[in-house]
Amino acid sequence: MTVMIDTGNYIAAKAAVMARPEVVAAYPITPQTTLVEGIANYVAKGEYKGSYICVESEHSAMTACIGASEAGSRTFTATSSHGLLLMHEMLHWAALARLPIVMCNINRVIGPGWNIWSDQNDSISQRDTGWMQIYCSSNQEIFDTIIQSFRLVEDKKIVLPIMINYDAFILSHTSMPADIPSQEEIDDFLPPLKPAWKLDCENPIAHGTIIGTEYYEKLRFAMHDAQEHAKELIPKIAKDWEKRFNRHHGDLLELYRCEDAEYILVSMAAIGAESKVAINHLRDEGINIGLARLRTLRPFPSEAIRKLAKNAEIIVIDRNISIGSEGVMFNEIKAALYQYVDTKVTGFIAGLGGKDVPYWDIEKMCKKAIEGKAKHQVWFGFEEVQ
Amino acid sequence: MALKDLPREEYVLQGNAACPGCPATMALRTVLKALGKKTIMVVPACCTAVIQSLYPSCSFDVPVMNIAFEACAAGASGIRAALDQQGKKDHTVLAWAGDGGTYDIGLQALSGALERQTDFIYICYNNQIYSNTGIQRSGATPMGAWTTTTVTGKLEFRKEMSEIIRAHHLPYAAQASASQPQDLYDKVAKAKKIKGPRYIEILAPCPPGWRFSMDKTVEMGDLAIDTGAWALFESIDDKVVFNGKSKRILEGKIERKPIEEWMKYQGRFRHLFIPKRDEERIKAAQDHADAMWKRYQNEFL
Repeated sequence: MTVMIDTGNYIAAKAAVMARPEVVAAYPITPQTTLVEGIANYVAKGEYKGSYICVESEHSAMTACIGASEAGSRTFTATSSHGLLLMHEMLHWAALARLPIVMCNINRVIGPGWNIWSDQNDSISQRDTGWMQIYCSSNQEIFDTIIQSFRLVEDKKIVLPIMINYDAFILSHTSMPADIPSQEEIDDFLPPLKPAWKLDCENPIAHGTIIGTEYYEKLRFAMHDAQEHAKELIPKIAKDWEKRFNRHHGDLLELYRCEDAEYILVSMAAIGAESKVAINHLRDEGINIGLARLRTLRPFPSEAIRKLAKNAEIIVIDRNISIGSEGVMFNEIKAALYQYVDTKVTGFIAGLGGKDVPYWDIEKMCKKAIEGKAKHQVWFGFEEVQ
Repeated sequence: MALKDLPREEYVLQGNAACPGCPATMALRTVLKALGKKTIMVVPACCTAVIQSLYPSCSFDVPVMNIAFEACAAGASGIRAALDQQGKKDHTVLAWAGDGGTYDIGLQALSGALERQTDFIYICYNNQIYSNTGIQRSGATPMGAWTTTTVTGKLEFRKEMSEIIRAHHLPYAAQASASQPQDLYDKVAKAKKIKGPRYIEILAPCPPGWRFSMDKTVEMGDLAIDTGAWALFESIDDKVVFNGKSKRILEGKIERKPIEEWMKYQGRFRHLFIPKRDEERIKAAQDHADAMWKRYQNEFL
């Protein structure tokens, strides 16, 4: 094991290469660029021996991954913001085709106006494509999640693509130390891909032909079933990782000081990490509050949230907004609780467009909710105009 | 190769869902005979997505990846990369797309794959319309032709795809016709032996789209060649060589028939002849063909 002190993107590139994908297809976009440059450097140094296709668009990046995956190869790509949106059609395609593609998405604002800072509306707007979505809060978690994700998606009961999300610049361009296992250790944890099916001239099949409604609905059901199964498998894989490398970033949720908590703050990604500082301060002030950092938006941890909400009020901070409705986590948490648990849920919208969300603002939001001064959902910093 | 000597193996099987007289199916049958068993096909949204038949049946005896409309060449790039990694360098990746998926929505992915020197064969079967969606105009539709989106006849001339392809300086590019299976077979067989990006375009006269009787597919293809509406040629490492009747037309050994000799048999041009001859548009079509052949003669003779 070695310690690598580097940015989220370079650490992601290291993880991607150590997972030994046979094909990487990618197109550059800020702030993902240093990730694909990192892989290009591993190609130049001969440390990455797979095919690296520098495609002419993100749409083609995802399509090339689909082609490689259907031909039976492990594949990886990365994108951000508008790149992810350009992929949209093929994200649906990859999921419906049941392909175990791993992709990093660096959460970035959508234009106009142009803005390259952190904001989750890019990945949130791909929520219903059938992809699993994990949000990371440290560079170590990015590394560990990429390797674990390959094992997850290649499991015969899953075979769905996964999107590993992390914040623009806050993680993508910030150096942090990360423990890097040896290649042998990674290989032992992640054996080569054995595809459930592939395009094979010895056994020709046509994949993706026209199908009737009766078959189509079954496909959708099977995808949903696979994500339900992932709820069990994600913790199992994390446990195996912990056994080998003594690191655990949480299951579907990372729980922090939640024992006997009367209030549970739910946040994700970098705000999730910042929230821990706020929780410590609030606990020092005698407030019984804990943090449930949401790691997987899909599959959504409804059961785990219901359990937490039995004895606690919920406070949610969303770095995203479904315009005309609510923050997406806030919305989904309430849906998960409905008819199971009757507790107060307060939502905050904060940090859009990359606006900083420091721990003192998180504390303010929590106190506002606890003191009953917050409306159902609050745009933090916009109270005067609401 | 003589017709009787074509391989007996069939990769386009009986019982497919093509229209009677379908040129795409005729051409694909010949193409797959030339490419053989170790071929993986990529098919975007186009008639061939339907011709394959409905799940769980399939009428093709090679593996097929269906893919989104604009994505054919990019999907082929991914398959090629995977096959290379798996040591299957002897496999051919065949991207098989219509003119809509090639001239229009798929042009970016195609150009990218060609520029990256992707080792694959891209074949465009060009029926000069979006036929699968029910006969709408494409960048390949000729001026004057009726489609459901050019009700009084298309106003613009078709795009010259071969010039765009030649700008990529490929090791192999060709134009063929569904009506000339031996020539098509020879071109595909030649392309198969070459490494790198290869492009073949097959003129595919579509009976329901062009509005002619289903037993006239071959005649419509041959008339296109006779009138110079279409040309047969190959480009090997940028050297363009015409062949068949197109060669003799280029060399001035035979006269090109007037373009209206091809147009007048097709219902899609009917409004140019009935109830009254539209001299202006018929002349414009002829002038356009003449200009194209003048360019051919200047560049390739």
